[in-house]
Amino acid sequence: MTIKFNNIYLGESSSVACQDEYKGSFGKLYDIVYDDYYAGEKTFERAEVKMIKDVVFLTLKKASKKMDDIDVIIGADLLNQIAANSYSALSFDKSFIGVYSACASFCEELIVASFILKNNKINNVLVNTSSHNMTAERQFRNPVEYGAPKPKRSTYTATGATSFLVSVERSNIKVSSACIGSVVDMGIDDANDMGSVMAPAAAKTLYDYLSDTNTKPSDYDLILTGDLGVYGKEILIKYMKEFYNIDVSEKLEDAGSILYDRTLQKKVNAGASGPVTIALVTKNYVINKLSNNEFKKVLLIATGALMSPTMNNQKLSIPSIAHLVCLENVL
Amino acid sequence: MEKEEYKKLISTIVPKENKLKNGLIAFIIGGLIGLLAEILVVIFQSKFNLSYKESTSVMMVILIFFASLFTAMGFFDNLVSFAKAGLIVPITGFAHAMTSSIIDYKKEGFVTGIGSNAFKLSGSVILYGVVSAYVFGIVRYLFFGG
Repeated sequence: MTIKFNNIYLGESSSVACQDEYKGSFGKLYDIVYDDYYAGEKTFERAEVKMIKDVVFLTLKKASKKMDDIDVIIGADLLNQIAANSYSALSFDKSFIGVYSACASFCEELIVASFILKNNKINNVLVNTSSHNMTAERQFRNPVEYGAPKPKRSTYTATGATSFLVSVERSNIKVSSACIGSVVDMGIDDANDMGSVMAPAAAKTLYDYLSDTNTKPSDYDLILTGDLGVYGKEILIKYMKEFYNIDVSEKLEDAGSILYDRTLQKKVNAGASGPVTIALVTKNYVINKLSNNEFKKVLLIATGALMSPTMNNQKLSIPSIAHLVCLENVL
Repeated sequence: MEKEEYKKLISTIVPKENKLKNGLIAFIIGGLIGLLAEILVVIFQSKFNLSYKESTSVMMVILIFFASLFTAMGFFDNLVSFAKAGLIVPITGFAHAMTSSIIDYKKEGFVTGIGSNAFKLSGSVILYGVVSAYVFGIVRYLFFGG
């Protein structure tokens, strides 16, 4: 389903990350880079909470706003009970909405924020997204010190947090439209191969949006998917070509494929994953290009594998979802 | 697109793991662990006057100790993900699985954390190890007279 928005703008934003991301493509652009996965805290989960707190205060400072100016905070991460964001929200003392659709959360949050901002009384919403390699490993896979073999098709959960101010105050970047995706399942049950799981969801959402708006990929400067990884990106190109007869190869880029330097950082295998992946790339690449006037219109497609270890152990395949947001430069 | 058709599409793109290479690495490293164990047993028998049975027990304790220590020091997981079955199948894999679970759950308390999660990964090894010991014990008793 495609929705058009009026007068909703992306304001200031900040991002923090850890060492692996620092060694990747956008190393110098992160506002804070932590020395290790603990970020000065006692546990990995508490480190993720701290990252969110840090990134929120950075954004408020950049926007010269106080916490009182913010009306609603929206948060998303990978943990059960959206724990990292729920615990960080405790210290903000603000109306809080936690959302979850795995790695598709970032666009879902932007969509929820845009809907909330349609209400005349609400002017500023903060959108926080985080993921942490170690907390995700613990929750979805094995203990962190366990050396489970990582196949080439697997992805590496990015560590970091972002905070975006979404507001009715005019800025250079407009959230012009969005497409709420539907859940897709193509029968893949391999928890190591999220790219194959999510590519059909991304394809469906992109196709729905393009047909609803009557546009084609060449109308956009960039179509950025979330965390398909290098193989997932190829699958998406081939799937769009064969199934919908749309060629996206010129405009498509995948945030997971470019966040790390894959030639030097072999351990990431197919690329980055986690809800923060597309958020980090949006903050440090897309927004810069939009502000420089190099890009006019960009589609963000956050892709999420809705993987439940319980259902997966019960031999069910992994469903996936993709939400799309269109950002426009309105200089 | 049908599910079968999609599986065909992804099989042309997603890279396959090199089973031959992985098998060869596991064979060599697993073999080296076996060689190390045999050397230890011979040393214990000749230098420390231990019986063969005692020597194997001491050897196993030593392998478990070092696998656990290296896991705790934080570099054994990289070795395991490289050597795969070469380090997982010997007793080092069992020690590694247990120690890594314990390290992971240490912060959740001695009972609710370590106590209930220490065997999270290695529990199935113990359970099916005991079950198969019973099965083969019975088979041996019935057909070969114990």
